[in-house]
Amino acid sequence: MIDGNQAPVSSRADKAAFLIAAGLFALAGVVAWDAAHLNAAVATYSRVGAAAFPYGIAAALTALGLGTVAAAIKGEFPDREELELHRVGWILGGLIAQIVLLGFAGFSIATGVLFAFTARGFGGKPLWATIPIGIVLSLILYLVFSKGLELGLPQGPLERLF
Amino acid sequence: MDSFASLLHGLSVAMQPGNLLYAFIGVTLGTAVGVLPGIGPALTVALLLPITFKLDPAGSLIMFAGIYYGGMYGGSTSSILLNTPGESASMITALEGNKMARAGRGGPALATSAIGSFVAGMIATIGLAFLAPLVVDLALSFGPAEYFALMVLAFTTVSAAFGNSALRGLTSLFIGLALGLIGIDLQTGQARLAFGIPDLLDGVEVTTAAVGMFALGETLYVAATASRSPDKIEPVRGSLWMTASDWARSWKPWLRGTLLGFPIGALPAGGAEIPTFLSYSIEKQLSQNPEEFGQGAIEGVAGPEAANNASAAGTLVPLLTLGLPTSATAAMMLAGFQQYGLQPGPLLFTSNPDLVWGLVASLLIANFMLLVLNLPLIGLWVRLLAIPRPWLYGGILVFATLGTLGANPSAFELGMLAVLGVLGFGMRYFDYPVAPVIIGLILGPLAEQQLRRALAISQGNPSALVETPLAIGIYVICALIVVGPLVWRMVSKKPLPVLASSED
Repeated sequence: MIDGNQAPVSSRADKAAFLIAAGLFALAGVVAWDAAHLNAAVATYSRVGAAAFPYGIAAALTALGLGTVAAAIKGEFPDREELELHRVGWILGGLIAQIVLLGFAGFSIATGVLFAFTARGFGGKPLWATIPIGIVLSLILYLVFSKGLELGLPQGPLERLF
Repeated sequence: MDSFASLLHGLSVAMQPGNLLYAFIGVTLGTAVGVLPGIGPALTVALLLPITFKLDPAGSLIMFAGIYYGGMYGGSTSSILLNTPGESASMITALEGNKMARAGRGGPALATSAIGSFVAGMIATIGLAFLAPLVVDLALSFGPAEYFALMVLAFTTVSAAFGNSALRGLTSLFIGLALGLIGIDLQTGQARLAFGIPDLLDGVEVTTAAVGMFALGETLYVAATASRSPDKIEPVRGSLWMTASDWARSWKPWLRGTLLGFPIGALPAGGAEIPTFLSYSIEKQLSQNPEEFGQGAIEGVAGPEAANNASAAGTLVPLLTLGLPTSATAAMMLAGFQQYGLQPGPLLFTSNPDLVWGLVASLLIANFMLLVLNLPLIGLWVRLLAIPRPWLYGGILVFATLGTLGANPSAFELGMLAVLGVLGFGMRYFDYPVAPVIIGLILGPLAEQQLRRALAISQGNPSALVETPLAIGIYVICALIVVGPLVWRMVSKKPLPVLASSED
């Protein structure tokens, strides 16, 4: 924000911040494990092989994780808003539906479902009304981009009609 | 005169009817997408990047330049009328401009921002044309050690200098660097962090990451907080035109903003935040009516908006001459070059002069088109703001997945998009800046390459990294950027006035 407001410092340690730190340690661990794995598999001919940079990143991520723990203990994390996760659930559900449908139903139907679920997540009209709208919209986009700009979008029964 | 001849040649490339058409499509699409609330230029470019896949490189880069500038114009419109800055550089515009719009002076706010953007864009683009060849000459003498130092500088400024917290900025950067490791190591041919998944061998697509983290992450965040942030569009009431006093109060801020924005943007440490904030505080001090600042002062829109656009042209200097993106938007432009196998840098100026100079010249043309497109047609763009949110975000996600699938039609790519979107959402929620992730992802592999090259030349002796005065100087600047604000905070117990603002 423009007036430079910092989050009020609370004495309460922030649980979510510890989870973030744990995530950073885990990421550092995976990167370092993978780098170690590389060295075992292929002998590196130079001192600065494929593993050096990952080790550096893993070390930095570990340090940042420690910094996050320190910030969490000091309560330096910004205040956050309450989340309405059911809305997020609708949108992610739409994405998963799109991924599942894409293979056999084609671009338009899969993306139409995503459109409807996203609209629902924002409190839009019921699905029976929005899914057809989404499919028509996606089909128009499909025609424009696949015929006009030769993008190779996944085809389904609807796309094969054209 | 060399630059002048090259620029004229570039104009002759850009004026070809086909290229004019690409520029026109670019500015129109850029404005249309950029005007959507919360979508800044970087995301505009990311969303529209895949649709240029099948065009020829020159045409599509010209279209791109149009999208880039169009996104900036459109972004100011939504900042002013809706107070939804798409990126931190337009926050000042949103601050003063929205106050003006609420006071019924939305028209002059839009006009001063469009004309100021035009003036700044023209001057800065010409500056780019004259500065770029000089930097190219200098860059030809750079070795891997200097390039690595420059990249460290870009990392430092992008992550540590902006935003509230260097800890969070650096965390974002290193998450990006870790993502950048994924895929085949180019020098030894080994797969890193691919876990045996063939789709990961090529690494994480930059466009998928940008669209996932910016578009999907932002959409999820807006959805999760939707019921508490009702959008209010300020109608453009009264005259669109600026009065004589508006002109008198605007032209100096435009020029001052340009003079601040272009040089700072052109530094490899650039970015648009510092010049816009600097411009704002300078205009506040110079203004004859400082009490209007914070209530809708036209100088507070004119100066920062010019600074923002000038620095956007400025960031093209390190991008084109050194291949160094210093902002999220520049990172997306680099991704645009890379999709054609072009690597910006000193060699591009000799190997592809038509393309480079055509691009620079088309920025001038895009600027003209945007002025014509924006001022009289502003009512049309404003109507885009009135799209109800369910339709708007539904449409944004349709477009986001269209672009992702256009780049790589596989369910795996959509899965990546979803994962990165959730990551972006989480980072947004915990106030982590997202741009450093994208910069880390795109610049990390390049930095690693330069580092290993430098160390291979020196046979593993790390002192080779700090042997030239230039490299040492750059590391000193990096140290100042990290330590300076800390010292300032300790001395004054207050954040830097210029940077007293969060990213996003």
